[in-house]
Amino acid sequence: MAVKINVTGEVVTAYLTGELDHHTAKEMREAVDNAVELNMPSLLVLDFSGISFMDSSGIGLVMGRYRNLQKTGAALHISGASPTIYKVLKLAGIEKLAKLEGDKQNG
Amino acid sequence: MVKNSFCMNFLSRSANEGFSRAVVSAFASQLDPTLEEINDIKTAVSEAVTNCIVHAYGDDGGKIYISAELYEDNTIKIKIRDKGKGIENVSQAMEPLFTTVGGERAGLGFAVMMSFMDSVKVRSTIGKGTSITMIKKLRHRFSVNG
Repeated sequence: MAVKINVTGEVVTAYLTGELDHHTAKEMREAVDNAVELNMPSLLVLDFSGISFMDSSGIGLVMGRYRNLQKTGAALHISGASPTIYKVLKLAGIEKLAKLEGDKQNG
Repeated sequence: MVKNSFCMNFLSRSANEGFSRAVVSAFASQLDPTLEEINDIKTAVSEAVTNCIVHAYGDDGGKIYISAELYEDNTIKIKIRDKGKGIENVSQAMEPLFTTVGGERAGLGFAVMMSFMDSVKVRSTIGKGTSITMIKKLRHRFSVNG
């Protein structure tokens, strides 16, 4: 399974693993969306520490979740983004949509 | 001068996105790239191949052709070609956030390719297909044997 979900109070954390591309993104976003729909969190954390590769499909995944969360007013955070992942995310200005936890992008 | 080259083709299946970038990055490893350089190449190839699968062929399917050449000056040239429907307006397609499919596609495929490679050239003919040629010069010197 490419996504492990952890629920603590009103926080849903989705631990993404493996390679995130157009081929794998569908399964990941469905798992995240199901967890959000079931738990109605006030904060969704997408954890990228288990992602070994990501192309712009990852940007689509983040932007799509951000749009969905706007309907309920929930916040979106991103954690565990390696410098390589961050390099892709920053092309879309993701830091304007989601708080980047851990700030590994300069490491 | 070309030191080494390869070419391959494969079906337009999303499962081949990972396969194709792995092959190109393995070939590029002969140039002794840094981790960042190899990730840049993998990401650019993934974007180009995904464009072929999502936009050029869609549900119709077809073949995707990749060739790559390594040069003595530590440069790699990668050509990714399809025989799909072609791009009506290449300049517009290369604008960030432009997408014809919407949904979960961010419209940043060409932006990633242009950001991660030194040069990206696109040639497309409606009804005949598209070819993307990407060039990147790597920092480290190397020796390609054979």
